[in-house]
Amino acid sequence: MEAAATIRGNDPHTGYRARRILGRGGVYAALWIGVILMTVPFLWMLTTSLKSPIEILEFPPTWVPTGHFVEAAPGVWDEVYIVSRDAAAGTVTVRPIVGGLQRAVDESLVRDRIRLRFENYAEAWRQAPFARYYVNTIFVTICVVAGVLVTSSLAAYAFARMKFWGRDNIFVLFLSMMMVPQPVYIVPSYIILVKLGWIDTYQALIVPWLAHVFSIFLLRQHFKTIPNDLYDAAIIDGCSRFAFLWRVMLPLSKAILVAVVIFTIVGTWNSFLWPLVMTNTPEVRPLQVGLARFSQEQGTSHELMMAAATFSIAPLIAAYFFAQKHIIQSLATSGMKT
Amino acid sequence: MSWLSTLRRRRFVDPLTAALYLVPAGVVIVIFRMLPIASAFFLSFFDVKMGRIRGFVGLAHYAKLGADPTFWNSLGTTAYYVAGVVPVSLFLALLAAVVLNRKIRALGFYRTVYFLPVVTSLVAVSMVWKWIFHPRLGLLNYLLERLGGGSLLWLDEPHGIFEMAATAVGWQWWPDGLAGPSLALIAVMIVAIWRGIGYNIVIFLAGLQNIPDQYYEAAKIDGASTMQIFRRVTWPLLSPTTFYVLLSTTIVSFQVFTQIYLMTGPPVGGPMGTTKVIVYYLFERGFDAGGNMGFASAVALVLFAIILSLTLFQRRIVERRVYY
Repeated sequence: MEAAATIRGNDPHTGYRARRILGRGGVYAALWIGVILMTVPFLWMLTTSLKSPIEILEFPPTWVPTGHFVEAAPGVWDEVYIVSRDAAAGTVTVRPIVGGLQRAVDESLVRDRIRLRFENYAEAWRQAPFARYYVNTIFVTICVVAGVLVTSSLAAYAFARMKFWGRDNIFVLFLSMMMVPQPVYIVPSYIILVKLGWIDTYQALIVPWLAHVFSIFLLRQHFKTIPNDLYDAAIIDGCSRFAFLWRVMLPLSKAILVAVVIFTIVGTWNSFLWPLVMTNTPEVRPLQVGLARFSQEQGTSHELMMAAATFSIAPLIAAYFFAQKHIIQSLATSGMKT
Repeated sequence: MSWLSTLRRRRFVDPLTAALYLVPAGVVIVIFRMLPIASAFFLSFFDVKMGRIRGFVGLAHYAKLGADPTFWNSLGTTAYYVAGVVPVSLFLALLAAVVLNRKIRALGFYRTVYFLPVVTSLVAVSMVWKWIFHPRLGLLNYLLERLGGGSLLWLDEPHGIFEMAATAVGWQWWPDGLAGPSLALIAVMIVAIWRGIGYNIVIFLAGLQNIPDQYYEAAKIDGASTMQIFRRVTWPLLSPTTFYVLLSTTIVSFQVFTQIYLMTGPPVGGPMGTTKVIVYYLFERGFDAGGNMGFASAVALVLFAIILSLTLFQRRIVERRVYY
């Protein structure tokens, strides 16, 4: 790298520095356009979620949610909707948000102030059983994560450390399952769950996802890097096969286990097609399906939809800001992008 | 030497011990992956209604499928979608990754922001974008009007973009077959690119960082220009990564469903059905009232065959050009 730096410093071309600075500026400008494109939808979601249903209809739209206020009595400000403006007379027709009749007031009496309607969140939360959806998603996610950790560790241990008839063939067979896209197996899975009587139960959302081939693969690859000598020494010292997995292998694989936990949580939390097909009732319906139903109901207003969208993604986004490096890395290795 | 044989025995386990470790994962994989995949094939020869198998129909589902213009339209729509999303996403992601790889300050910040939509659920993303695309109150139309353009119907627009462009420049007539993807489909594609690009950027960035610095130094000493360095060093050495991103983006794009379902359907799969992709068609034929899951299985297998052959095809074509 130093050689390259020297060469750059000795560059004989005149104007090289200026061009480089300009180029740098262009690069950062392009990167910032990217930042704006990626964040504006989120900001728009947030700002919409804090508006009143009337403000939603205002055109041009406001970026900062604003409320209109009229002084009803000295020091008492009523929040009002603006019904119409009469520019010629200099009056504004307003209607109080809570009770009261429509009336015309002088334009100078109307004050605009930032007004963030956090009550939209409570309202959205009330309009659909979101508390239930939340509990369902959290419960399903915890079960799936715990299950995947157990089944993957055990299977990976067998594939990595034991020799038995057909081992490699079974492993390849498992791996080949990763190539089959979900739409292919979702119809027969539905029929199997009907036969088991599991449609509309937690089992339908949990049990089929208790094993994850890619996690087995990832753990097996890592287990293989742990030297055999360690295993032999432990066995000679009287360590049982299972104790070796529990006390040596798993503690040595913390990084992989964390990755498995992360992509399992994100995958389960965000999964949609499967629970959409396998559940019909709000009792077991997870958050994403509940959110979709809420958004498709007739007459749900936009600010409530955006509030619901916000509180549905909030936990993962919050986790993302605390551990973005880990999350990016584990999602990148998992190859999961649905 | 008895301890040595103990060790051997320890590693060569009897099938029963191994089974003990394999059973928890194995049972789930066999019942909920292998069995469904195997029976998808089997089911496609039967009438299956309300989750119950009714009767053997042979190849009737496949015949019906081939004769259904909606099926062919959905294949065409999916092809438009894949052909639009994959190259644009790859190009923009590669561009961003190359820029980010130039010793950028606060690289972590940009990567974090670009990756943010990947963590966000597709349901929420679809809702937000549907609101942005709103024909009357949407942010996008507002911005278009501010820039002096007219507003568009976006997700409600069934007309093809080529047809719209022809109309815009004043042509009275445009062949139906060349109307192109509907603007609604283009809007969905924009969302897909926005949502997935961060993932591709991260993969490309990892690939770029794996290219040893010596190659760049050698090229610079030889006086290669930036463009030459990209074409002769970066591009060939990055090809395994590019191939992976190409393949995974293609496979995922073929299975697009959630955005379509939430932004444009139901009941019909977009304005005049112009965003009805293959998985949407499958879902509709299998799970809607009066749906036939045997028929849906036939659709699923056709989809699988397409994805599989495309994977093999891409592998053969690209492998010759990939420098591993």
